[in-house]
Amino acid sequence: MSAITPDPAHSLTPSGNLVRRQLINRVFLAATVGAAGLAVLVLFILVYYVAKHGLGQLSFSFLFSQLPADAPNAPGGIGPALLGTVELVLIATVIALPVGVLLAIYLSEFAGPRANSLLRTLLDLMAGLPTIIAGIFVAGLIARRIGESAFAGGIALSIVEVPLIARASLESISRVPSTLREAADALGIARWRSIVGVVLPTASSGIVTATILAVARAAGETAPVLFTCDLFAQNFSVDPRHSIASVPLEIFNLMESGYPSAVDKAWGAALVLMIVILAMNISARVWLRRGERKRGL
Amino acid sequence: MRFLYAPPPVTSLASPELNPARANRARRIRLNAVDLRANRALKWLALGGGVVIFIAMVGIVYQVIDGASLAFGKYGVGFLADSKWIPSPVTSLARYGAWPFIYGTLVTSVVSVILSMILGVSIGLFLGLLAPRRVSMVIGPLVEMLAAVPSVVLGLIGIYLICPFISRDLEPPLHAVLGWTGVFGQPQPVGNSLFAASLVLTIMVVPIVAALTRDLFLTVPGELRDGAEALGATRWEMIRGVVLPTTRSGIVAAGVLGFGRAIGEAIAVTAVVGGSATVSANLFEGGNTNASMIASQYINAVSNLQISALFYLALILFVFSVIVNLTARQIAKGPTDRGRLR
Amino acid sequence: MSVTGDGTLTETTTATQAEVASPRLRLTDPKSEVAIAGPSAETIAARGTETEREVVFRAREVSVNYGEKRAIEHVSMDIHRNYATALIGPSGCGKSTFLRCMNRMNDSIVGFRLGGELLYHGHDLYDLRANRVEVRRRIGMVFQKPNPFPKSIYDNIAWAARNLGMRDNLDERVERALRGAALWEEVKDRLKSSALGLSGGQQQRLCIARAIAIEPDVLLLDEPASALDPIATASIEELIHELKLRYTIVIVTHNMQQAMRVADKTAFFSLDETRIGTLIEYDDTDKLFSRPTDGRTRDYITGQFG
Repeated sequence: MSAITPDPAHSLTPSGNLVRRQLINRVFLAATVGAAGLAVLVLFILVYYVAKHGLGQLSFSFLFSQLPADAPNAPGGIGPALLGTVELVLIATVIALPVGVLLAIYLSEFAGPRANSLLRTLLDLMAGLPTIIAGIFVAGLIARRIGESAFAGGIALSIVEVPLIARASLESISRVPSTLREAADALGIARWRSIVGVVLPTASSGIVTATILAVARAAGETAPVLFTCDLFAQNFSVDPRHSIASVPLEIFNLMESGYPSAVDKAWGAALVLMIVILAMNISARVWLRRGERKRGL
Repeated sequence: MRFLYAPPPVTSLASPELNPARANRARRIRLNAVDLRANRALKWLALGGGVVIFIAMVGIVYQVIDGASLAFGKYGVGFLADSKWIPSPVTSLARYGAWPFIYGTLVTSVVSVILSMILGVSIGLFLGLLAPRRVSMVIGPLVEMLAAVPSVVLGLIGIYLICPFISRDLEPPLHAVLGWTGVFGQPQPVGNSLFAASLVLTIMVVPIVAALTRDLFLTVPGELRDGAEALGATRWEMIRGVVLPTTRSGIVAAGVLGFGRAIGEAIAVTAVVGGSATVSANLFEGGNTNASMIASQYINAVSNLQISALFYLALILFVFSVIVNLTARQIAKGPTDRGRLR
Repeated sequence: MSVTGDGTLTETTTATQAEVASPRLRLTDPKSEVAIAGPSAETIAARGTETEREVVFRAREVSVNYGEKRAIEHVSMDIHRNYATALIGPSGCGKSTFLRCMNRMNDSIVGFRLGGELLYHGHDLYDLRANRVEVRRRIGMVFQKPNPFPKSIYDNIAWAARNLGMRDNLDERVERALRGAALWEEVKDRLKSSALGLSGGQQQRLCIARAIAIEPDVLLLDEPASALDPIATASIEELIHELKLRYTIVIVTHNMQQAMRVADKTAFFSLDETRIGTLIEYDDTDKLFSRPTDGRTRDYITGQFG
């Protein structure tokens, strides 16, 4: 068959204003790539600096055995602070996990439209609540009756955790296919059994992920515990009725003091905190992946 | 499946051992009585969750108002406009006013939201629509990691990295080029300033806006995007003409939520904001925000009046936060109510 | 129509003269002074006297892969100017895939690769120098489900034209496009109202108007009436008769009667022995449907499968 000669009237190279438009397009694309690159660059610079200044501080005694410095230039460790953070987060999660999951169950399974609207609004307000207000709220409670203690700090942190856990649980529960629920109903299974035995297990990976992320968030918060915690803890006490130290708070104090050796320790503590939080974030992501794969996504 | 009443227990005449069908029915009826109670128990437990957060929020409101009552009684609403903040254990010498900190809160938050929207929406477009899947699966989590950095670490980086960088490398050129606006004044020896606080807040808000807008852009139907591209439009034109207009209210809601995050940040801001109680248009000067004032002054407060004034600042901040969050909710709900294409 | 010795199909003048004389055609809207865009009747008649109708698309051994999976292969056909060419066949046999190759809409699908040659007026559509945006400007597409933008009717049509810099006489351009899509009378009083308020059939005609507003060369229609009710479908089909005077139409349809009503030539796609989509038979519509050469075509037409 005869070949067709290319018709110049129908060439496929840019015509009219296309060259200019494609230039604009390319500039736009470059800008978005640049923005993303900038964000990643900032992250790397952050991590690099914390690692660079903090790595030298890491030692067994720093992490575990030594007590915080009692004088500005004395050597010190963050052992009590680590312990304190663990305890605070534990208390907070023991409060926040049941409250968050129960709230999610209530909103998705039992609540009528008005209760739903009110509670969801409250949840949004709580999620957007400045953490310093959670801190000052607890400080007010302390002034009244409960006294400076790990309980107080735990309550403040639970205010931060509850919205995270509740919202994510709500989302996980609503993702449970309605076919599962309908099947449970058709089999005559009681409501509570279908919720506890079918819905919750299916939503569990999302709930676990949310809890890990909430724990990571609470572990790094300073403002809620600013007024409730012992700034000068000198022992490894874990009594929740007394005030205890916390790693972010320790970093804050060391940082504000301005003494070079204190600041060095702050970098070390910051590195530890970053590693822990990063590890939790990655494990949460891994858990989420596992959960998705189990459900065949 | 709900039984309105619990049936009475089976009597001995129709005893289970004698009649298997009856036995089954009896077992099921007994089960249902237990289930009924368990259903109720679960419902009340779940309701308990709701009650707890209700009490918590009410408690917070009460506590903040109560704490502020002393200062409110003394200064009234004029507190918001007063620019003097002079703590003193002697009540007659003390003077407290919120305006410099309201100003600082608004300025740092507005500047950071403007910067964050530009960067965050760009990143959202990149991750949601433009980047190939393999790239977005790497860059996406990295941007989310930025949100996971604790504020105190950002404060540390702020003091020892960002502030020197600002005073050394950013202030001179900004002053040289944009100094005429009055916003970028003389470079200061120390970078701690409202500008530094704005930059630190931007680092915190960008991941929020990026994540929210990325999800938002993914909701634009593929048919609309295909339709636009089939008409000979470049990707930028498609985004500008179809994607952005369709998601306009969601983008605004994301910005409002970012603003809410910015006004509430205390720790990172305290570290870099410069800690002064002045009001100046010059971003390079030091200042303070409500949140940073509370964080820096509460522990070493010299009088109950000062504490109450700090509570008053908290109350103002709380009111801002509630307004911002309710606004964001309203904006995000808007389009569906009006029946336009979501 | 006859087949010459070297295999190309040539058109004789009689066929085109018959089309021009058909009473179904309206070349100017009798109700207004505005002439519908495109060549006049004289030009078309003049073109028809050429011995060879221009080939717009030439496909030679075209194949499509999505990653490892091969979707279609061995597709060779010529599509002629100002004809309506229908692609028919059971679902999943590559009709839409092939259609979307013609305006590079498959590019965004991960792993897409085209084998063979696909020429547009002699230019390789998949050459590195071929600009994708330019391709789509010349080769328009209307999709199966109407997809109007959430804008006003006016803006839906004007949007692409504004992008291309056609800002002069925009009102006229919009009116012409709407008349060309037989929608003007119904919407002329509410051009600023939202396009989403139109019925399905109207929305689809809006999408057609949108596509012709930028004066393309070709219109690709991917099952344009399958989401519409019978009355709307009829109006679309009638439109196609007018549209093909100005544009080259390629239409994918699963409705054989539609192909018979609308198309000058029809291509039948189906799965070959290896279960990959391919072109089975391609001929004038009346010949394909009354005297198909391939047994598979006959089976499909007589309803023995698909």
